[in-house]
Amino acid sequence: MATEAPAIVLDKVNKWYGAMHVLRDVTMNVAQKERVVVCGPSGSGKSTMIRCINRLETHQEGKIIVDGTELTDDLRALDTIRREVGMVFQSFNLFPHLTILENCTLAPISVRKMPKAEAEELAMDFLRKVKIPEQAKKFPGQLSGGQQQRVAIARALCMKPKIMLFDEPTSALDPEMIKEVLDTMVGLAESGMTMVCVTHEMGFARMVADRVVFMDRGEIVEQGTPTAMFETPQTDRLKLFLSQILRGH
Amino acid sequence: MSGSIIDPRLANARAAPKRGMQLSWSDPVFRNIIWQTLIVGLIAGVIWYLAANTVRNLEVRHIATGLGFLSNTAGIPIAETLIPYDPATSTWGRAIAEGILNTLKVALVGIVLSTILGTLIGIGRLSKNWLVAKLTAVYVEVLRDLPLLLQLLFWYSLLQGLPGPRDFRGSTSIVFLTSRGLRLPLLNWEDAHSWALVVFVVGLIGTFLWNRAANKKQDATGTKPAVWPVALGLLIVLPVLVWAAMGAPWTLDVPVLKGFNMVGGGTITPEYFALLFGLVLYTASYIAEIVRSGIQAVPKGQWEAAGALGLHPFAVLRLVVLPQALRVIIPPMTSQFLNLTKNSSLAVAIGFQDVVSVSGTMLNQTGQAIEGVAIIMLTFLAFSLSISLFMNWYNARIALVER
Repeated sequence: MATEAPAIVLDKVNKWYGAMHVLRDVTMNVAQKERVVVCGPSGSGKSTMIRCINRLETHQEGKIIVDGTELTDDLRALDTIRREVGMVFQSFNLFPHLTILENCTLAPISVRKMPKAEAEELAMDFLRKVKIPEQAKKFPGQLSGGQQQRVAIARALCMKPKIMLFDEPTSALDPEMIKEVLDTMVGLAESGMTMVCVTHEMGFARMVADRVVFMDRGEIVEQGTPTAMFETPQTDRLKLFLSQILRGH
Repeated sequence: MSGSIIDPRLANARAAPKRGMQLSWSDPVFRNIIWQTLIVGLIAGVIWYLAANTVRNLEVRHIATGLGFLSNTAGIPIAETLIPYDPATSTWGRAIAEGILNTLKVALVGIVLSTILGTLIGIGRLSKNWLVAKLTAVYVEVLRDLPLLLQLLFWYSLLQGLPGPRDFRGSTSIVFLTSRGLRLPLLNWEDAHSWALVVFVVGLIGTFLWNRAANKKQDATGTKPAVWPVALGLLIVLPVLVWAAMGAPWTLDVPVLKGFNMVGGGTITPEYFALLFGLVLYTASYIAEIVRSGIQAVPKGQWEAAGALGLHPFAVLRLVVLPQALRVIIPPMTSQFLNLTKNSSLAVAIGFQDVVSVSGTMLNQTGQAIEGVAIIMLTFLAFSLSISLFMNWYNARIALVER
């Protein structure tokens, strides 16, 4: 296990939006089965970084290697990586014209070439894991935000990814729904999934994260275990950030 | 959550109080009844006035109403006919039928072509290629900003300015675009062609059934058997083999100049060409905007989510984006189909004999004004209702369930 190659390697990744330098020499490794929480003020580049990992955004300099495959303009490499990396978005992005079950079976059937019956069985398994099998025949518009986000997690899991990316999965939810989504994510973390999660939920970070990464103005400022980061922050920027989110809560 | 009858929150709910009507101006129910009575009375009065007036005028002018005149000989020439027509013997009924068929011919072909062209231009406006995006934008802005009648006259005059048939004397070409229209060679139709066509139609059904079987197979095993080899065999190879087995007849009826005009081959008249061309270019500019807004109405997150699941861009478009875009596209698209159909009545201006043109001539020659106008109205009503019904059915089929 210890000799296994890292799940994700970011090596001096740089990205610009026009003249704006949004990622500056971001270097980070994520080991197999490691759970990393990325935090930082808005505009710090944390969403951009996580979106670069499955190439929803392209980086202009540096290297990104996911599960042994380097991300380039090669479309086959992109295919391989997109199959192995699942993603959950802030705004759920369920397909509104498909039922919950069809949302989950779409990719296994059309990408993995799975028989329909098998894909449906698989989808029902994951819907049971996120505790909403009874909603399978409904459409996304009929579900609450928390339920939709749990479906989005099940939908990503149906592709049996090795790595899961979460981009602020609870930021668009009402407070009483945040817990049900976090519980699902804790369950997933306990099952040994490699996870990179952009979130401000410090309770979640303390509970499951192996490592917390703090980003500000496009660079990684500080990283370490949750306890070290939250109790003995080294940099002024992290101290300021922590004081702001603690005041906010 | 959907409301259930035993919802405890409804425990102390009670029925809304009933209230009777008061004979007072301050009572809205009373007011509504008065207003509605007045309006119904007014409409009935107008209808009665129009009907009485018409009947009296018809009497004064000794015009007999009824559809009996439709079996009288028309005696007018019709340039473009889809069913056999002879000015000397054919009736008004048949002349009107030609007009209706001509309208249908423009409307159906126009709807198909403008949908294809409009969709391509709409997608072009979303292109990342600067030149494509700008050219299509200019197309839309120019074509939809100019009055349709002007455009039709423009295309028609342009075609009138082409060289006449006589200018092609000595030409060895087999296709001629002249001021009298487009002349094309026609295939001399023989039994072998009919049989090849029959085999093609059977092949079409066969391909459809095979595709269904392939989809079933995909549900069961995950992989879809290839459809294109079967389609190629049934739709092209087999009809060609049948045609070849029957002697492979292949002779063309080529247009040649005889006197002042061409004979032989088939013709697309300048009137039909100008009308179709003008309607298609004009309507496509509106359809382009509808398609563009429809695709743009699908949030970017849908592309991202589907892409993150490993779907290729084409699969994303087909399975995720288009089904959602169509919901936005269909209702305004229906309006454009109806507009195109009704705008085809501008044919009168360039001398294409559609139902309005033929009915107008009939109205002049027989004096049967009410019947003439009624025929035009009923024709467009029937076309429009058919289009609406079909599109509404299609729209309901792809509608989105929400809450």
